[in-house]
Amino acid sequence: MDHGEATTTTEHAPTSSRLGHPLVEMVDVNKHFGDLHVLRDINLTVRKGEVLVVIGPSGSGKSTLCRAINRLETIDSGAIRIDGEPMPEEGRDLARLRADVGMVFQSFNLFAHKTVLDNVTLGPRKVRGTRKDKAREEGLALLDRVGVKNQAHKLPAQLSGGPQQRVAIARSLAMHPKVMLFDEPMSALDPEMINEVLDVMVALAREGMTMVVITHEMGFARKAADRVVFMSDGQIVEEATPEEFFTHPKSDRAKDFLSKILTH
Amino acid sequence: MEQYLEIVRTFDVLGAFWVNIRLAFLASILALVLGSLLALFRISPIPTLRWAGGAYVTVFRNMPLTIIMVFMTLGAWGQLNFVLSRDFDTNFFRLAVVGLAVYHAAFVCEAIRSGVNTVPIGQAEAARAIGLPFLASARLIILPQAFRGAIAPLGNVTIALIKNTTVAAAASVATETSSVMRTMIEFSSSYIYAIFFTFAIGYLILVTPVGLASTYFSQRLAVRR
Ligand SMILES: Nc1ncnc2c1ncn2[C@@H]1O[C@H](COP(=O)(O)OP(=O)(O)O)[C@@H](O)[C@H]1O
Ligand SMILES: [Mg+2]
Repeated sequence: MDHGEATTTTEHAPTSSRLGHPLVEMVDVNKHFGDLHVLRDINLTVRKGEVLVVIGPSGSGKSTLCRAINRLETIDSGAIRIDGEPMPEEGRDLARLRADVGMVFQSFNLFAHKTVLDNVTLGPRKVRGTRKDKAREEGLALLDRVGVKNQAHKLPAQLSGGPQQRVAIARSLAMHPKVMLFDEPMSALDPEMINEVLDVMVALAREGMTMVVITHEMGFARKAADRVVFMSDGQIVEEATPEEFFTHPKSDRAKDFLSKILTH
Repeated sequence: MEQYLEIVRTFDVLGAFWVNIRLAFLASILALVLGSLLALFRISPIPTLRWAGGAYVTVFRNMPLTIIMVFMTLGAWGQLNFVLSRDFDTNFFRLAVVGLAVYHAAFVCEAIRSGVNTVPIGQAEAARAIGLPFLASARLIILPQAFRGAIAPLGNVTIALIKNTTVAAAASVATETSSVMRTMIEFSSSYIYAIFFTFAIGYLILVTPVGLASTYFSQRLAVRR
């Protein structure tokens, strides 16, 4: 760990002064898909500057939790607040709040008919009202930062996975989000491209970005995370510092899960 | 031969085709606008609009065009005093354009919706995630990709529409091709085959490029993923 103590805000008082006020708060959140209870009484707080890694078996509800935060999935009960504001049901207010929550998807989801640069400038121009030349200048700077500036005028399909995901991160950053959500950002990448994306994310974490990251990359968790949350069957089963979690998991479900991902 | 050309000139065959071309052009544009709007309804987050879009498509897709065209003159104009021009012929022409558009809009809507289905759900989610409201994400992200995925089916709708302009006869547009052809055959039945082939070839010339163009552009403009 290279910064502060980790915090578990649901059970313990925060122990690090580096972390700020609560940015994402989930209170008693429940969600069903038909008969399937995918989120069970989720209570989770992410503080400003915190990097939270969510880990757990496939189907345990990680994506649903992440998508509920910016309301790509609705919830059945409970409350979700972003920077103190309750997530609006729909409409313009929801769109405005979503603009403050960056999201990076497993499958990149770059706008297929727009160039790399247009992907990055679209949000600032159409949502924030940034002037064209200013958006372009900022967009190029962001593309430079994630190392794909020389591809600015290509279409997404002309790039391989690693660069596409870096563009997707730049697209999110262009909105100056308060918090960024990453849903398995590296799991669709060829092994040789994982590191380039990982490096960008570690750098972001070091700069103090608030992040919720679903990933099984222990490298990222160990290098950058303040806290690891382990989910199973729609519940948060365990939370700890990365070191604690990977070396001394408490619950049987976590032990079982770790033994499976560590063997390959 | 001399005599045949004389008949073609007397009955202004080119002028008749021009009527159908104008009908097709105006009705296509109107159908495209109306159909896009309906498609927007059908993908909108508002249940009432989705229902209205669906109901429209069900009604007009399942109704014979002739009945709509007859209604445009006898019902819309005759009973409801729906007048689109003071000039008698222009009025019938415009009623025919509206009838054609209203009917084909249902098919345009379905073509665009098939185009929307070619756009992965992740595109809409990414648009929403950066804070674009529904209309903006439809206009900037979904529909541009949907149109490019719908060029082939839209081409088919256009081809059907061009041929269906002949049904304007049912809306009292007497100067269009099928009406003129009938009159010509009645007037000089000895040339029936020549007259028939004139019109058949005319439509081939009119319609074939549309099919070729839609195939070409549906490949050329396909969104690469
Ligand atoms: N749109 C949906 N409709 C129905 N079931 C869903 C939907 N999305 C996810 N699920 C189900 O909810 C459970 C949790 O899914 P998810 O949140 O994607 O898990 P994870 O990301 O941890 O793999 C899974 O059993 C999945 O099949
Ligand atoms: Mg998932």
